[in-house]
Amino acid sequence: MSQASLGIMYLLTVLALIPLALVLWFTIDKGLPSVIHPQFFFNAELPPCEPRCPAVLNGGVGHAIAGTAIMVGLASLMAIPIGVLAGVYLAEYSNAQWSAWVRLGCDVLVGTPSIAIGLFVYAFLVVPFHHFSGFSGAVALAILMLPIIARTTEGAVALIPNGLRESGLALGLARWRVSLQLILPAAAPGVITGALLAVARAGGETAPLLFTAFGAHILVLTPNEPMQALPLTVFRYALLPYKSLQAQAWGAALVLIVLVLAVNLVSRWVLRRQIALARSL
Amino acid sequence: MATSVPAAQALPVTRRPFDGFKAVIGVVASLVPAALVLITLTLLQQARPAIQQFGLRFVVGTAWNPVTNDFGALPGIFGTVATSFMALALALPVGVAVAVILVEPGQTRIRGVIGIGIELLAAIPSVVYGIWALYVLAPWAYEHVEIPVAGRLTTVGFLADPAPRGLFTAALVLAVMILPTLTAISRDVIRAVPRGLKENAIALGATWWETTWKVILPSARAGIFGATILALGRALGETIAVTMVIGNAYVIPHSIFSPAYTLSAIIANEFSEATGPIYPAALIELGLILIMVTLVVNVFALLLVHSTSREASLAA
Repeated sequence: MSQASLGIMYLLTVLALIPLALVLWFTIDKGLPSVIHPQFFFNAELPPCEPRCPAVLNGGVGHAIAGTAIMVGLASLMAIPIGVLAGVYLAEYSNAQWSAWVRLGCDVLVGTPSIAIGLFVYAFLVVPFHHFSGFSGAVALAILMLPIIARTTEGAVALIPNGLRESGLALGLARWRVSLQLILPAAAPGVITGALLAVARAGGETAPLLFTAFGAHILVLTPNEPMQALPLTVFRYALLPYKSLQAQAWGAALVLIVLVLAVNLVSRWVLRRQIALARSL
Repeated sequence: MATSVPAAQALPVTRRPFDGFKAVIGVVASLVPAALVLITLTLLQQARPAIQQFGLRFVVGTAWNPVTNDFGALPGIFGTVATSFMALALALPVGVAVAVILVEPGQTRIRGVIGIGIELLAAIPSVVYGIWALYVLAPWAYEHVEIPVAGRLTTVGFLADPAPRGLFTAALVLAVMILPTLTAISRDVIRAVPRGLKENAIALGATWWETTWKVILPSARAGIFGATILALGRALGETIAVTMVIGNAYVIPHSIFSPAYTLSAIIANEFSEATGPIYPAALIELGLILIMVTLVVNVFALLLVHSTSREASLAA
């Protein structure tokens, strides 16, 4: 009975990992033919070439890569400082009544449907300015990143042994110096992990960009105008009946997956260093 | 203890000096809950034209007609709830099994690989699941699950009319997407079960199966329930992958294989083309319903998960 049930549980575990293998396999298989041409990364998109397509499709996702980079970069500039300070507050004043509310707010905001955040930013930043913009997309992504950064920062700061804090205070350092110049650098690897994970999450989000960044067919570098993003390329082209555009969608999906997996692996490596560092303190 | 009480009372009450740093970063941290409140209030305000026009009729109405400006949310609510619960039913046994396997001692290397795999499952963007579901999962499920099942069980009404896109396909991809949430939280809750309980059971001669099924899982029950509710919240709000495979039919379907619609999918597909005074407001009201439901579900789940971990740490 025990052996059989353990076996069933292992079978279910394998079953859980099958979708991962399938998603990776099909994305590589269908995306690779697009991605092996360097112009895929530099060219902007081309209209569908059906019914007579050249052997090598010349369309690319250069504009989407640039848009994603600009919007995620702007979002990081907004979300990382606020998120890190919020995380320091949660860890350093974890017993304060208000921090329980902030923590609940973070956990609820993580679970808030991202499409609702998109609607909110639309009403807040798109309607008053009368046009879609990369900047409003960045704000939507920043709201998404904020709770992730805050909670991982809190975890990283809480790992730092109390002795470090006490020795700083005993030397007569001001409370803010202890928190920001002593504890935070010691927790840096964990904080970076959180920021990286948030960047990966934001880079793959589609729903908040639909009514904010909206999308564009050409390379746009000014955040005041509508911008394309990699997830938007995948979403819009996957649903169109043109093989040439579907190929671009699969290629963009492959680029996304590679980015996200790379960030995850790097952050795992950074986190391991954080734990080793915290132990050595 | 008793003697020290009067002495403590005799001390003059000294106020702690004002902590400026705490105040400043406290205000910064308040931006997070503030954002949440602001989002809800903004949607409420934007949905006002629709709320005033339809009132409670909106929630039970089944029409969706931008031409005559007649809107009701029921098919969307039905699709959202149906896909989410089907996904939960599919993912729960698997998620808990993986959590049990991850918590077992020994074989750290295999468990490490499984853990990384589950985390990567959580990291894959929704839209990648969407394109995969659209081109790989949906055709496969249609051919190898829906057609055989519908063909054999012709008398069962809710298993009729297989279609390549519909509730069932959406539930399948949702199940994959909520699995990491279920597993990660269940693992933490199971890990928080006091060691003594497990050791007692083994000392009494219980087998692995009896220990797991009759001791560990029951004492982690509330936490696993919390994980389930939290995963439900994720499923309710998931947008893009579902939008790509739900089939976009604004009806309450009679079969689980039929095309339907979810709240988030309607918003994703129609909002950027909505014009007029009522149509966008009706879509935003759908978003408002969605955010209110997920808010309640999430707070409830978080309270459950926290209370179990606290109980466990008190018992340990």
